[in-house]
Amino acid sequence: MSFLDYFRGKKTGSANVAKERLQIIVAHERGQRDQPDYLPQLQQELLAVIRKYVQISDDMVQVEVDRNGSCSVLELNVTLPER
Amino acid sequence: MARIIVVTSGKGGVGKTTTSASISTGIAKRGHKTVVIDFDVGLRNLDLIMNCERRVVYDFVNVIQGEASLSQALIRDKRVDTLYILPTSQTKEKEALTKEGVEKVINELSETFDYIICDSPAGIEHGAMMALYYADEAIVVTNPEVSSVRDSDRILGILQSKSRRAEMGQEPVKEHLLLTRYNPDRVARGEMLSVGDVEEILAIPLLGVIPESQIVLNSSNQGLPVILEAESDAGQAYDDAVARLLGEEREQRFMTNQKKGFFSRMFKGG
Repeated sequence: MSFLDYFRGKKTGSANVAKERLQIIVAHERGQRDQPDYLPQLQQELLAVIRKYVQISDDMVQVEVDRNGSCSVLELNVTLPER
Repeated sequence: MARIIVVTSGKGGVGKTTTSASISTGIAKRGHKTVVIDFDVGLRNLDLIMNCERRVVYDFVNVIQGEASLSQALIRDKRVDTLYILPTSQTKEKEALTKEGVEKVINELSETFDYIICDSPAGIEHGAMMALYYADEAIVVTNPEVSSVRDSDRILGILQSKSRRAEMGQEPVKEHLLLTRYNPDRVARGEMLSVGDVEEILAIPLLGVIPESQIVLNSSNQGLPVILEAESDAGQAYDDAVARLLGEEREQRFMTNQKKGFFSRMFKGG
């Protein structure tokens, strides 16, 4: 903290870094919390099937479940590589 | 019907047993018949913090397995006569805490006690799950530090999905945030997460803030719950938390550093 910062009351510590990192990871983990247990395996198996035909990396298949009241929607998002 | 309160955190070493000892002592001191149960099978420590380690004959697991009655296992506190301690086993397997066994003991305690405080082990394994399963309320002990806050959020998720109240579709477990080892000076310097930061991230109501204090080690050395150190800041902060838990309105204290004037700073090197 510089001399002038002391009078400005400016915070230069690492606490805001901690807060930002926590907000991101906590939001991410809360999103996963409500997902069914089988999703990671489903994602792996889908990847294996798609790889028989196209070479794609792990992060190119996204599987999510959206709940709207009484019905759930399984959302599958596959990004194919550019030709 | 007893109020069943779990003291939990996910992360170890944040002050669960210290908190269980002080909260149960504080409630009992106000005249409510209170029992505090140690759920940390194999790593028993509540007895040491409560200074009754040499009086343990039978334990929680003995009662579950029918080797002793509850009245044989319960230890009456020497300082507060409405307070009882149910120690855990130091030698048995964690799995000895069965859901049915724990339920039986809790139901029996509910008949005669007003408050049942469950001191959870760290982690999210079997013992921790058993400690929170039957809870009506949860005190989530958190340090203003990244790993503790993240683990607390994880425990909140478990309370909301794996507790009996969640499984039965009943009213959810009432959650309370207790921020411990708080250092207002470091917060003021921007080196430590503030109460507001942690409240914002975890989004649960604040029960209290316990300042980082040397008295905590001093009192655990002697087997004295911190709350009985009535002159100390940490002791008073625990007393405030107990009062709020019992429905009293108390303004938050110990959240800001004691402002020192320019002159005292000059002359005392503050």
